[in-house]
Amino acid sequence: MKKFILDLIVKENVRVNKQYVLLILTADEALPPMLPGQFVEVKVENSPNTFLRRPISINYVDYKKNELWLLVQIVGDGTLKMSELKENDSVNLILPLGNTFTLPEKKDSKILLVGGGVGTAPLLYLGAYLKENGYPCSFLLGGRSKDNLLQLCDFESIGEVLATTEDGSFGEKGFVTQHSVLNKIKFDAIYTCGPTPMMKAVAEYAKRTNTFCEVSLENTMACGIGACLCCVTDTTEGHVCVCTEGPVFNIEKLKW
Amino acid sequence: MANLNINIGDLQLKNPVMTASGTFGYGTEYSDFMDISRIGGIIVKGTTLRERQGNPYPRLAETPSGMLNAVGLQNKGVDYFVNNIYPTIKDVDTNVIVNVSGSEVSDYVATAEKLNGLDKIPAIELNISCPNVKEGGMAFGTSCVSAVQVVGAVRKVYKKTLIVKLSPNVTDITEIARAVEAEGADSVSLINTLLGMAIDAKRRKPVLSTITGGLSGPAVKPVALRMVWQVAKAVKVPVIGLGGIMTATDAIEFMLAGASAIQIGTANFIDPAVCVKVIEGIESYLNDNNFSSVKDIIGALEV
Repeated sequence: MKKFILDLIVKENVRVNKQYVLLILTADEALPPMLPGQFVEVKVENSPNTFLRRPISINYVDYKKNELWLLVQIVGDGTLKMSELKENDSVNLILPLGNTFTLPEKKDSKILLVGGGVGTAPLLYLGAYLKENGYPCSFLLGGRSKDNLLQLCDFESIGEVLATTEDGSFGEKGFVTQHSVLNKIKFDAIYTCGPTPMMKAVAEYAKRTNTFCEVSLENTMACGIGACLCCVTDTTEGHVCVCTEGPVFNIEKLKW
Repeated sequence: MANLNINIGDLQLKNPVMTASGTFGYGTEYSDFMDISRIGGIIVKGTTLRERQGNPYPRLAETPSGMLNAVGLQNKGVDYFVNNIYPTIKDVDTNVIVNVSGSEVSDYVATAEKLNGLDKIPAIELNISCPNVKEGGMAFGTSCVSAVQVVGAVRKVYKKTLIVKLSPNVTDITEIARAVEAEGADSVSLINTLLGMAIDAKRRKPVLSTITGGLSGPAVKPVALRMVWQVAKAVKVPVIGLGGIMTATDAIEFMLAGASAIQIGTANFIDPAVCVKVIEGIESYLNDNNFSSVKDIIGALEV
């Protein structure tokens, strides 16, 4: 897919909660094609300690409204500056970067999308994309408490939403891998993104139940285009760049 | 319109802008963003005799105005380059130059010999300055004796333009520059990264898997400029300057300090189209200041 350097315009900056903002970006021209799982590299202006671009996964693309959604977790100076962007501000992005998820062959496959924290971001676009292509899917979202479950309404508009919270304030109490659905249904495909311990636990479940499973990794990156070789992960084929060979990997390929 | 042509040994550059090894992949990674054939020279990823997996993750630490890397020369080896990568880049209409590294003198020699036979590779850049590999690399570039050994041995087998990339992690870089010039280097490029370190205070752990790494970006520019200025006075061969060049003005500063050409490295990560912007910026500077050739600004610093 052809990559672009684009100046997009902030259409809306939605404060999701204390830690998260949703940036809705648009452009005068039609946005280029982007696939679920892909990410963008955002240039952060006026942040003296932020030298590199910030890789942010694509949360959703609305081609009708010509919108690109980025769900941003505020973790440091760079993302803090991004969270302060205002309507009509210009943002420079490189996009689309990375690969996408592998869709099952059969449309009647039982598909589960498992996410935790900011890792739920790419699953919204994946869910919407699956639905648009005739694949029904369920979401299993995990968080510390209900407040940590992001974009619940958006997920509910796409498919069934199952949840776990550590404090039991929403869904079942516990971690995603303890959810009862995993004992009731044998899924054909599981896609997951979230904190590494969560993804590893999901991958372990998938291996145990012999289920097709892809994970989306979030390594520290510089270039985002496979030039600097900084974001590598160890695979059965040796060190490979998460930015170009991933961020989506089949669990069989990863040396976890 | 000013003339941008520059010669480095037998190497003819259409302009003085090159890419720094390890920041530009094999060039094709950037072809969505600009016409890479406009670049004077593309120096591709460091290549070793045998495949190297490089260092474990994490390999990157961001710093104010720069970054530390600890990649450790990950590459698939020279044979893979010759058979699989060379065919995909040989028709790019500019100079493609291979950066060569090794753990022993014989590795450098064997790699250089294999590259000597490739028609469309007019030059190699000998990396005797990588700070991220335990054996070899920087060890060759930090003493005159070992620098002389490796450059002398490669010079015997490599017939085309030989550039030697110098380490800034030395007491006196001019000594090393003079030593490799005496062994027949056609040019020296400097600086490679400065050895640095980053610590995660919260976890009380180093950020990089290798603890230390190589610092690059605007943070190193003043050090690089100073070293280019010193080396340009110390040697007769052309000097290629690099270290934190982000803009055409930065590039011009290096040329005023004595560089005949420059390399753009870390800036490629921030703006993948920066190389053509620097070329255009240099051209504008020359035209605005009535220089007929880019050669007129080499070492034109008034002190």
